Amino acid sequence: MKILVCISKTPDTTAKIAFTDNNTKFATDGVQWIINPYDEWYALVRALELKEKDPATVLHLVTVGSADTEPIIRKALALGGDEAIRVNADSHDSYYIAAQIAEIARQGQYDLVFTGKETIDYNGSSIGGMVAELLDMPFISLAVKFELAGTTATVTREIEGGEEVAEVNLPMVVSCQKGVAEARIPNMRGIMAARTKPLKVVDPAAAETLTEIVSFTLPPAKAGVKLVPADNPEELVRLLHEEAKII
Amino acid sequence: MSVLIFADQFEGHIKKSSYEALSYGAKLAEMMGTSAEGLVLGTIKDDLSSLGKYGVNKIHHVNDASLDHLDAQQYAAVIADAVKQLQATVVVFSNNLSGKAVAPRLSARLKAGLVAGAVALPDLSNGFVVKKNVFSGKAFAQIAVKTDIKIVALNPNSYSITMVDGTAAINNLTISAGSPRVKITATNKVSGAVPLGEAELVISGGRGLKGPENWGLVEDLANLIGAATACSRAVADAHWRPHHEHVGQTGLAIAPNLYFAIGISGAIQHLAGVNRSKVIVVVNKDPEAPFFKAADYGIVGDAFEVMPKVIEAVRKLKGK
Ligand SMILES: Cc1cc2nc3c(=O)[nH]c(=O)nc-3n(C[C@H](O)[C@H](O)[C@H](O)COP(=O)(O)OP(=O)(O)OC[C@H]3O[C@@H](n4cnc5c(N)ncnc54)[C@H](O)[C@@H]3O)c2cc1C
Ligand SMILES: Nc1ncnc2c1ncn2[C@@H]1O[C@H](COP(=O)(O)O)[C@@H](O)[C@H]1O
Repeated sequence: MKILVCISKTPDTTAKIAFTDNNTKFATDGVQWIINPYDEWYALVRALELKEKDPATVLHLVTVGSADTEPIIRKALALGGDEAIRVNADSHDSYYIAAQIAEIARQGQYDLVFTGKETIDYNGSSIGGMVAELLDMPFISLAVKFELAGTTATVTREIEGGEEVAEVNLPMVVSCQKGVAEARIPNMRGIMAARTKPLKVVDPAAAETLTEIVSFTLPPAKAGVKLVPADNPEELVRLLHEEAKII
Repeated sequence: MSVLIFADQFEGHIKKSSYEALSYGAKLAEMMGTSAEGLVLGTIKDDLSSLGKYGVNKIHHVNDASLDHLDAQQYAAVIADAVKQLQATVVVFSNNLSGKAVAPRLSARLKAGLVAGAVALPDLSNGFVVKKNVFSGKAFAQIAVKTDIKIVALNPNSYSITMVDGTAAINNLTISAGSPRVKITATNKVSGAVPLGEAELVISGGRGLKGPENWGLVEDLANLIGAATACSRAVADAHWRPHHEHVGQTGLAIAPNLYFAIGISGAIQHLAGVNRSKVIVVVNKDPEAPFFKAADYGIVGDAFEVMPKVIEAVRKLKGK
């Protein structure tokens, strides 16, 4: 069994969101970078669990990013995994990134490719589906449960107002969200081991970009809260009915 | 040249989020001076011609029972064939759970640029530029699509349904669907409840409610106005409420018309999932709770005293 987990680098959830260069670039000054939570907490941890159950499993991590993503991928390796691959490219076009991941997956002949549900900065929720298409593999999006018996996976995915259970034969691509696994904290042994694990850097494959970010904008600031006294909650209901016309 | 809108179904019924996509696609077609056409896959129980009221002239229907359940791979292949046959130049999806599965595959298959999570109509004054949510609702990006065929996946609840007088002509489209590679073995719907992702009104509770036994305060209000219920992550983690109710950066991101938060502090990760709501109401006993900064209406007070009175006033208003 060979598993590939896609790891991306995102700003910390509390990072201040601001833009520079005429609102064309995210202002990275003072920003703390983390492993995208969905990749770390769910995709990676579920892959680690599969490897713990079957130690013969080969588990590789891949990230598409410039050299400054290395601390993040090392951090991911501290949780587990045998080696990491960094595709040395910097792009925000989902198709371009997916093409790089698909190339790595093709070369490595992985049985399973895990991604997170979405990146918390670009919120595409797109790369898993694109990789699956490029590899001509089945894709289950937004999995909340993933079980494996031999080469058949039983995957539960979220649907509107419920869940759907599907059986799929490997190889396949799965995007993971809450429910698939429980987040872990790296331990000292993992952190030490990560230092010596191989981190391969490869050049990007030729691929097009289909989209381009023109600019960023911030939402307009709220006008401010209208407070209703606690001893007159009826007034709140009146405002919601007559002013906001919402109930 | 046409705008093709994928109208997604569940158990034979078109989803509400697809009505938004149809309305959006119809307006876009008007802006582009072309026709708006819907695409429906699988066996349908609804009257498809009535989808004309969302502004589409035609519905193409691939009436094939092997497409009753979503297999993203199969759907993308069929939609790609339809796009080619019909020479569509823009494909619109709802960025709902099916859209998230299929639109990226179609994008890769056709090498057509995708904007996932669009929140407004494209700006056509200089190419094709679509505003989308980024940084989990904390900002927007304007994305230019550079390819001939463009794909837009519209976030649920970000474009209002518009209705016109009209019926759509039905065109039965024959496209070989192949067989699905994904076998659906069970579907578990939470019965009766309004699906949170599609809900227009949402009542939500946090740790301030002290325990699951007090959720009547949330549910009574929700039932009175037909709202869905939600909760903070702290509440879902404590198993007071099911995980699918958890909203926020790592839960569901929603954009209802009303988000009513009771006993939720308004941590930045929580706000990331709800700050696109049109009206936010906060009830919290702490005047310093960060949520008040993001709210439109608020009461600084004890939920256990305030909420029964709110519920009573709504009951009166609704004559129940
Ligand atoms: C990476 C990351 C991701 C996260 N993702 C999410 C996410 O997706 N969603 C999410 O919700 N959280 C998320 N969190 C957690 C978030 O930071 C908060 O811890 C969480 O939202 C707090 O939940 P709460 O407001 O219910 O509880 P608390 O923070 O405990 O707040 C309870 C509130 O209730 C008020 N209160 C108490 N008693 C009463 C009363 N009697 N009447 C009225 N008000 C009362 C208090 O004043 C307080 O403001 C994330 C955290 C991290 C680090
Ligand atoms: N630059 C990247 N390198 C590796 N994996 C990525 C990258 N960007 C996104 N991913 C993966 O794709 C998932 C979905 O990302 P997105 O489509 O951008 O929301 C993420 O959760 C990651 O698992």
